[in-house]
Amino acid sequence: MNSLEPLGLGVLAIVAMAIATVLMRVGGFWLMAYVPLTPRVRRMLEALPGSIVVAIVLPVIVKNGPVAVVAVVAAAIVMILRRNQVLAVAAGVTVAALVRYAAV
Amino acid sequence: MTVVTEGRGGAPCWSVAGLVEGAQLAAPAIPVMVIFGAGFGTIAVQKGLTLFEATLMSALMFAGASQFVAAEIWSNPKTVAGIATLVVITATVNMRFFLMTASLRPWLGGLPARQTYPALSLLTEPGWLIATRYRNEGGADSAILLGSGIALWLTWITGTVLGYLLGVFVTDPARYGIDLIMPIFFIVMLVPFWRGPRNAIPWVVAAAVALLTAEFVPGGWYIIAGAIAGSITAGVIDE
Repeated sequence: MNSLEPLGLGVLAIVAMAIATVLMRVGGFWLMAYVPLTPRVRRMLEALPGSIVVAIVLPVIVKNGPVAVVAVVAAAIVMILRRNQVLAVAAGVTVAALVRYAAV
Repeated sequence: MTVVTEGRGGAPCWSVAGLVEGAQLAAPAIPVMVIFGAGFGTIAVQKGLTLFEATLMSALMFAGASQFVAAEIWSNPKTVAGIATLVVITATVNMRFFLMTASLRPWLGGLPARQTYPALSLLTEPGWLIATRYRNEGGADSAILLGSGIALWLTWITGTVLGYLLGVFVTDPARYGIDLIMPIFFIVMLVPFWRGPRNAIPWVVAAAVALLTAEFVPGGWYIIAGAIAGSITAGVIDE
């Protein structure tokens, strides 16, 4: 606050965090240049989207309890039936709001 | 227009039309990115970041989860140890990007670095899922990744600034269900990846390992642990 010093250190911290993030982003792609793409490796890579999303989301859903479960199920059903992401997300958020409203 | 090749992806290419198509494919994710970005902007005010710092963070890091964590401990002194702590936590939370770009190697591996590394530097979950789905459905144009990346990046920065200045969702996000928008959004994006119960076995393993790790290990390790467990499962089955 009192001089340029704190601002400078904040910027330095942000740049350092950004470098770490970019290294993660390019690192996996770079490393796989040296790993032969056998059928097994391909299967492992193809399973990543589902595995990563499930690993991100499930602990959050469990932490938020039944409301989150109902909201996510509703959104998934709308997505399966209509294949419309915006509609499905809106449905999930609305269901969460309604369940909470009803529970109060 | 981009010519979509037959089967599961033709020879990889890169075109300006692909850039535009990528931005269009990102459109459904844009409302969610604005809201989530505004959420970060709001938290940034509360945690004492300046508008400049918050915007710089969104522009350079472009990684929501790690930005929330960084904002949480932003008031700690910026000593060498303090900055090192921020960097280590950021690397841990963002380690999943390592796996995500690894999965793009079969598609993008043969392209020149100038067509791949800038796009990879802007990678997020939505952009990655959009591009992966596009490839699974037979697309070949790798410019999709950069097009969606730039669109989402601009959205993220805009959301951050809006949230910082307006503090829009500060009152009670839970009342409108907006606090659950990220898990809802991710599940919706996962639906097109469903290939039947057999291919979902790795997902079940990933879920179980993530839940157990979240329960017993502090920090952001549960994502990477679950993802690797799911991936290994896919490698082991089908022998």
